[in-house]
Amino acid sequence: MSSVAPAVEPVGPARTSGLTAILEQTRYVLSENKVTGFAFALLIVILIAATFGPYVVPYDPLASDTAAALKPPSAAHWFGTDQLGRDIFSRVVVATRLDTFIAIASVVLVFLMGGLAGIAAGYFGGWTDRIVGRIADTIMAFPLFVLAMGIVAALGNTVQNIILATAIVNFPLYARVARAEANVRRNAGFVQAARLSGNGEFRILLVHILPNIMPIMIVQMSLTMGYAILNAAGLSFIGLGVRPPTAEWGIMVAEGAGFMVSGEWWIALFPGLALMIAVFCFNLLGDGLRDIVDPQRRT
Amino acid sequence: MTAQPLLDVQDLTVEFSTRRGIVKAVQHVNISVAKGETLAIVGESGSGKSVTSYAVMRILDRAGKIAEGSVMFSGIDVKAATEDQMRDLRGREVSMIFQNPRAALNPIRKVGDQIEDVLRTHVQQAQVADHGEKAIEALEQVKIARPRERYHAYPFELSGGMCQRVVIALALACNPQLLIADEPTTGLDVTTQKAVMDLIVELTKRRAMSTILITHDLGLAAAYCDRVVVMEKGRVVETAKAADIFGNPQHPYTKKLMRATPRLGVSLRDLLPEEEGPAVMAGPDPAIHHASQDSSQSRDPRVKPGGDETKPLLRIEKLVKEYPRQGATAVLGKLFSRKPPVEPDVFRAVDGISFSIGHGESVGLVGESGCGKSTTSMMVMRLLDQTSGLIQFDGEDIGATAPSAFARLPQRSRIQMVFQDPTDSLNPRFTAARAIADPIMQLGDIRGRDALRARCEELATMVGLPHNLLDRFPHQLSGGQKARVGIARAIALHPKLVILDEPTAALDVSVQAVVLNLLQDLKARLGMSYLFVSHDLNVVRLLCDRVIVMRTGRIVEEGSSEQVLSDPKDDYTKELLTAIPHPPLPVH
Repeated sequence: MSSVAPAVEPVGPARTSGLTAILEQTRYVLSENKVTGFAFALLIVILIAATFGPYVVPYDPLASDTAAALKPPSAAHWFGTDQLGRDIFSRVVVATRLDTFIAIASVVLVFLMGGLAGIAAGYFGGWTDRIVGRIADTIMAFPLFVLAMGIVAALGNTVQNIILATAIVNFPLYARVARAEANVRRNAGFVQAARLSGNGEFRILLVHILPNIMPIMIVQMSLTMGYAILNAAGLSFIGLGVRPPTAEWGIMVAEGAGFMVSGEWWIALFPGLALMIAVFCFNLLGDGLRDIVDPQRRT
Repeated sequence: MTAQPLLDVQDLTVEFSTRRGIVKAVQHVNISVAKGETLAIVGESGSGKSVTSYAVMRILDRAGKIAEGSVMFSGIDVKAATEDQMRDLRGREVSMIFQNPRAALNPIRKVGDQIEDVLRTHVQQAQVADHGEKAIEALEQVKIARPRERYHAYPFELSGGMCQRVVIALALACNPQLLIADEPTTGLDVTTQKAVMDLIVELTKRRAMSTILITHDLGLAAAYCDRVVVMEKGRVVETAKAADIFGNPQHPYTKKLMRATPRLGVSLRDLLPEEEGPAVMAGPDPAIHHASQDSSQSRDPRVKPGGDETKPLLRIEKLVKEYPRQGATAVLGKLFSRKPPVEPDVFRAVDGISFSIGHGESVGLVGESGCGKSTTSMMVMRLLDQTSGLIQFDGEDIGATAPSAFARLPQRSRIQMVFQDPTDSLNPRFTAARAIADPIMQLGDIRGRDALRARCEELATMVGLPHNLLDRFPHQLSGGQKARVGIARAIALHPKLVILDEPTAALDVSVQAVVLNLLQDLKARLGMSYLFVSHDLNVVRLLCDRVIVMRTGRIVEEGSSEQVLSDPKDDYTKELLTAIPHPPLPVH
């Protein structure tokens, strides 16, 4: 009654649920929001590069050819070559798989750790809340990148440990968002109704509350995906991540940095651009994703 | 009436551009308000009554615009006025009171400062030093006791009624010519509603102001206003003097609305529209028969051993719920002083009440907010543990089981609840069918997708919900449809006792009438008992055999519905009854 928008009575046959509705919603969101559409297009390019990249690139990313070292971009080498004569275009494309894998794996891991811990903290309160809260506080007490460095340095220089370190530094973000969202729903009518229906507390948490929090968690995941890529690249840049000669954007920027002063700008520029585009894409995607997964908007 | 009305709305059409095209929220509306007149705009949700008033103030949101017609306010064309002129108009000439007084006040500023803000913005000629005194004066005029102290109060320190008074003070601070009150008393207790409405009418009369009261309550409108405009689906269907509208309604919609308004001397069936009455009842009838026959094979609650009937279904004795008193005083007191606190450390929300509910009986639990009625129902529901006292259900002491353990007991399915807010009580990510199936999946004995679906459809038929709506999400359903889903879920497990927590408070009157009748039918067919928790004696009377009136955690009066309403013993019950707005001329 206080809302200004007219109340539109739902009439007509019920919308088909499931895949058709999601596709319809996706189409609507993309057509309404050009920026999201652009981000989706970028995402598709990134995913294609990650999937098929190694099979279609013109050169072996690891093969060095000292005769062709430090060549500027040309028809033969689109992005030029590095100090060992490796084709930078091939390396940038091939690196997509590793970088997106690290990002996705760490985001899924942090969702499972931080998201679930946060929901439990928000829903149960009391000691669960205190313990999760203090863990988050402890992590936040460190500069995040330094903490990630410390974890990788202590556990060893492997891809798994980069994923773990990235997940841990993002833990507070997830735990806090999930806690706040679960907390407001803790005594909502539908949760009370679920209790009356004989649902156990854990079932309420996973079946009733979690799906309601997913939209905001997905936005969060998309936003931290960009950060995870940067983090992984950053670790590699300072020599704590993936080891050379593996193709990885962070290492490539690090290797190219030394050559910037002598005029070989292309070695660092192209992997850096790839990094920027990926981060940019995931950040833009966040809001678009929320519109798609939220049924409130699917009218 | 004066030759030129203060506000003249001619042929107003307001359009909203939405995703599905243009929606005409208000169509060709003509309204005029004379100087000193009190006009009510009555309609159910979606009738366009609020949108009309927003158009007058030109505070429609971006999607909406005045498509046709003119709005003239004392000679100013509102449609053509610049934003600067409008800003000047709003607040000084026209002011508004909104539904939720707490939302209208800034929570982190003192109420006095907020009143001063308005004075400073709109009254340039007054002395700056004068504002404080003027604000206190404004608080005095809305009959706030100890205005000098309240000046320094924050909104959260005041009750809902007090906040609404402050909002009225804000609205009247600049002596506007027109006051628009949008559902000013919805969500307030009935005694508070009376006080607030009396105040609005008294103040506007004294200042010769015009008032537009926007409400869904025809009784309230007729009791307090000179003229009533009835709106339906964006159109004005009837305009009449308040005294005439109850005595001689012209339009069928007005008649329907009037019939649906619960009032003295009518029965539950009278609330339904004449022509539609039998049709509504006949629709689900065969199905209900079918359903109850089905269930009678396995377990019909109506067929019970005779001895069982003699004992009450629910017996409550000396039930107490205490909450520890929180707040700075208690904590500081513990820290700094060793002497025992003057106040007891606990607050008794429910203070030793005893009552019982028989098989197939419906009992109303009535009281205003904070009286402990919801706390009581939560304890009976086993969602909340009691401090002490006995809760006996069907001969078993369910009060001994902690709420967390109760969820898995077989008794859980015997006590169910219909919640106050149908929107809030449905999981936004569950379809209607999934919501209804949830209790069956947890506690019922029906397994398998098809059997569950069949049971859901059977329940949907019983509550009169079309089957094609079962696959919708709550936000795709109307309030009445959501209420039906909530009822279907509550009766899915053949409960013996259903607690109805203001099940119709969030619904329009015509929907309320249908839902109340549905509840009555279901009770008769399924042999359930109801505990009806409500603040509205008029509604409770329709559905309940007995009424219990609560105040500050205690029962002040108990008796049969007719007796309590026609011959109240307790002063508080009398006060509650007189506070219900009485339309000037009741039908019959």
